[in-house]
Amino acid sequence: MLKVHRDICGYCGCCVSVCPEGALELIDAYLSVEENCTSCGVCAKVCPLGALEVVHENQV
Amino acid sequence: MKTRYDVLIIGGGPAGALAAKTAVEKGLSACIVEKRPAIGAPVRCAEGLGKEALLEFMEPDPRWISAEMTGATVVAPDGYKMQLSSKMAGSKVGYILDRKFFDRELVWKAAEAGADVAVKSRAAAPIMEDGIVKGAKIEHGGKITNVRAEVVIAADGVESKFSKWCGIDTTVPVREIMSSVQYVMTGIEIDPFSTVFYLGNEVAPEGYLWVFPKGKNTANVGIGISGKKSGEGHRAKDYLDRFVKKTFPHGRTIEFIPGGVSVCRPLECTVADGLLIAGDAARVVDPLTGGGIYNAMFTGKLAAQTAADCIGRGDVSKKALMAYDKAWRASKMGKGIERNYHIKEYLIKQPDTKLNEIIHSVSKIDLTEFSTLTLVKEIIRVNPKLMLDLGALAASLR
Repeated sequence: MLKVHRDICGYCGCCVSVCPEGALELIDAYLSVEENCTSCGVCAKVCPLGALEVVHENQV
Repeated sequence: MKTRYDVLIIGGGPAGALAAKTAVEKGLSACIVEKRPAIGAPVRCAEGLGKEALLEFMEPDPRWISAEMTGATVVAPDGYKMQLSSKMAGSKVGYILDRKFFDRELVWKAAEAGADVAVKSRAAAPIMEDGIVKGAKIEHGGKITNVRAEVVIAADGVESKFSKWCGIDTTVPVREIMSSVQYVMTGIEIDPFSTVFYLGNEVAPEGYLWVFPKGKNTANVGIGISGKKSGEGHRAKDYLDRFVKKTFPHGRTIEFIPGGVSVCRPLECTVADGLLIAGDAARVVDPLTGGGIYNAMFTGKLAAQTAADCIGRGDVSKKALMAYDKAWRASKMGKGIERNYHIKEYLIKQPDTKLNEIIHSVSKIDLTEFSTLTLVKEIIRVNPKLMLDLGALAASLR
């Protein structure tokens, strides 16, 4: 699953633009992750700050 | 906010503001919906705008201009500097805006002209009937209001969702998102009248690093790198921190601005039944410079003009609204995007040695007008060999 490190996130929306599933939405200063997220990790790669992380089930 | 408008505009940036102002000036009712509590904040921009580009829309006003530029410097990967200046020494070629005040001014003007504005109000979903966009569900204060409109203009920026909800693929390819960070820094030694662009795969892979002055010792110091080159330990912030530590070790950061800038081709189609898409949401950012303010204002205004024509004729079908899509593609802006896309694609493939070679070929360029086209033409003039490299693109640059 996708973990948003909210202490790092600068709510810029860079991740939202590359999400192939449309699973991310920037609601003012809150990045929302929808259920259709496939944990593909594209957003985590492009984040300029490193605020997103794909966490595998056994690490949760 | 009422429950019915001729034109409903999603997003209160430059595209949305120009769309709203144009719509009401054409005699339509219009409302801007902005999800953030304040227009213009937080800033997601390096704030550069050419003089001619600004003058097409308004006269400059010191209240929202941070600094006036008379030149630019391009720094090659090896540190060699190419100076660009106006043929008339000291004459200004562009501005560094103060977007917090600039955006506010634009929306203010739209409101003064008669547009409604709803802040901290978010478009949560489109209202669709038989595949036609008929308005939007607007969330404010925990309550959802159905707002119907003849036409919706999606001007919701790089993080745009509205057109996606209407079935249009707006996804930016990973290699074509500029993953960006900028610090507003003060207490730094800079030339207050010149923008500086640093190129090179060590400095900013497939992007560039910029220093845009905002006053005597203050500047926007930022970087954009390709999403493809971004990853743990080598993100935009890592590159910028390394540069700042080396170049401005005693500077103080007074604002922290992350962001994403699309440098892909514009959307394949920027209209649908009852819907027009403008600005960053339409992916009409200049792919070479990453500049989007002028293109947003231009498409926002054009979208509203088309909306007015189509509403007047009682036909807001995709077919009728296509006039907008055709018009911006055929415009100087549209052609510039296509041309600059090819130049960008060429440049990002060049190794640092080639970039050094190109930049070394010219030590000083006098430009009457600051534009990437005149710069590229000049570079080609002194590097006739480049014509071969550029192939089919060369013809459009002669």
